[in-house]
Amino acid sequence: MQNTIYQKLLSRRVIFSLIFLLLLAAPLFMSDFRLNLLGKFLAFAILAIGLDLLWGYTGVLSLGHGIFFGIGAYCMAMYLKLEATGGTLPDFMAWSGMSELPLIWLPFQYPIIAILLGILIPAVVALFIGYLTFRNRISGVYFTILSQALVLVVVTLFVGSQNLTGGTSGLTNFKTLFGFQVNSASTQTAFYLITVVVLGLVFFACRKLIKGRFGKILVGIRDGENRMRFLGYNPSAYKTFIYTLSGGIAGLAGMLFVLQVGIISPTMIGIIPSIEMVLWVALGGRGTLIGPIIGAVLVNAAKTGFSESYPDIWTYFLGLLFVLVVVFLPKGITGLFEKWSDRRKKQDVSSSVEVEKSYS
Amino acid sequence: MSQAVLKLKKVIVDFSGFKAINQLDFTVQSKSVHFVIGPNGAGKTTLLDVVCGKTKATTGEIKLQEKKELSKLTEDQIVHQGISRKFQAPTIFHNLTVKDNLEIAMKQKKNLFSMIKAKWTNEQKKKVNDMLDLVGLKEEQDQLAGSLAHGQKQWMEIAMVLMQEPDIVLLDEPIAGMSKKERNKTGELITKIAKDHAVLIVEHDMDFVKEYADIVSVMHEGQLLYEGSMEEVQNDPTVREVYLGRKVEENVVN
Repeated sequence: MQNTIYQKLLSRRVIFSLIFLLLLAAPLFMSDFRLNLLGKFLAFAILAIGLDLLWGYTGVLSLGHGIFFGIGAYCMAMYLKLEATGGTLPDFMAWSGMSELPLIWLPFQYPIIAILLGILIPAVVALFIGYLTFRNRISGVYFTILSQALVLVVVTLFVGSQNLTGGTSGLTNFKTLFGFQVNSASTQTAFYLITVVVLGLVFFACRKLIKGRFGKILVGIRDGENRMRFLGYNPSAYKTFIYTLSGGIAGLAGMLFVLQVGIISPTMIGIIPSIEMVLWVALGGRGTLIGPIIGAVLVNAAKTGFSESYPDIWTYFLGLLFVLVVVFLPKGITGLFEKWSDRRKKQDVSSSVEVEKSYS
Repeated sequence: MSQAVLKLKKVIVDFSGFKAINQLDFTVQSKSVHFVIGPNGAGKTTLLDVVCGKTKATTGEIKLQEKKELSKLTEDQIVHQGISRKFQAPTIFHNLTVKDNLEIAMKQKKNLFSMIKAKWTNEQKKKVNDMLDLVGLKEEQDQLAGSLAHGQKQWMEIAMVLMQEPDIVLLDEPIAGMSKKERNKTGELITKIAKDHAVLIVEHDMDFVKEYADIVSVMHEGQLLYEGSMEEVQNDPTVREVYLGRKVEENVVN
């Protein structure tokens, strides 16, 4: 009896709701600075969910999610930049000798369009790349290398088109969104809350997708793509869909990131951040949806914590953390929990067997 | 008499010069257990490959039910036409339960958007339950497929093939690595399946073939050497020559 109550308390739904409520209540007990950091981590967590859908469930490892994150972030930043300059040309454009707003910047004068494009453009780019690669049955490590190369291409393009993207220094110095001061504490709290809500929505939408028959098909594609063909599925379509979805989610995360961090530049979307994103998922535990959230928050918190306490050697700590997890927790942090609960279940079973024996 | 379900006409499979299948005409009748035997490299597995779309025919036509031309379709389209295949090594999804495996194998619309909306219907639940009964995996239905014994995995894969409700079932060495008891159970299962499907089986175990075959085709060097009942096959001199004769010669040389 006691056991069942205990189990109910520990059931996933209860835990998830508690975490969600705790995150919503965080502004009450956290300083503005910490809250802002947490908001940034949660934006990363949103991206990690999408990445896990692709890697953990469908078995497609992308080392290039930085570009989708980046495109989303730049879409938001372009609007914020135009808003800040108040109708005149952004400073970096004037320096590069432009006299009027380039065509691709025009839609970003309107906040709603900018937000929609922040999700749509990364999704469409992913759709395009995914369609071409998956249809031609490019998969596994070849896809991974390709995705990595794409980051390099995109970052080079962004750096190169100084007059359109602000080059290496990126876009910053934002002022208002929908008339609210972007940098004021209250707006930042609102951004944080929006991030938490979006995280919740993305999480539950993905969970719903994964829990049904669709999720089983994704696992099937991960574990035996060719077999799925002979069951009558076209894995390319499924992979393209998940890649597109994951690209859109990354774009969404990028927008929330830029709102809270106030700057986006090519170094934030390059190869190293793209690989780090994969590490969040690996550390948290792929193939579970909560894992990547834990991973994203934990890795970034550790990064911040270490860099505050040990500014000289913090990168070593981070490296050590990765090594430890890879060696001792191949299934990530959630794998550890699974092991525990398995062990508990086994104990339950063995004790009940003993009871049966003593009665027989 | 029964009618032809599958018909191959002058099919050639050319692997850069080597003709694994050479001008093969081949017919499978409905509701029969049709075995394909032959020495190694005779093109038996390639025959299954070319029917299910894993390998493309270089020339020739493959027709299902007299009308549907298969050689231009992709693997997943062929499945929807009514052909399903079990591979030699059990290829099942270890991280899904037995029931999940059957669920995704089940005949249904398998495109992306119908799958996102997919829900269990009562009819589907019944089908899965009946199939679990047929292959005797009812008690294991919630276990991960990876934890099954070898024989059980083979049956589960046969069940997955049947869940697709095909017109013709292709089995590649279904009893490889099975114990005597498991073998008999598999044989019974095949007999049951053949009541309403055509079954095309590649097999090496002659005792098994003898016991369960309606028709036996002997392949040799990519061509059909002989077709008939097992008894006729065993008494045919040309078959004896390629099969037994070669062995005798080898023994003499050794």
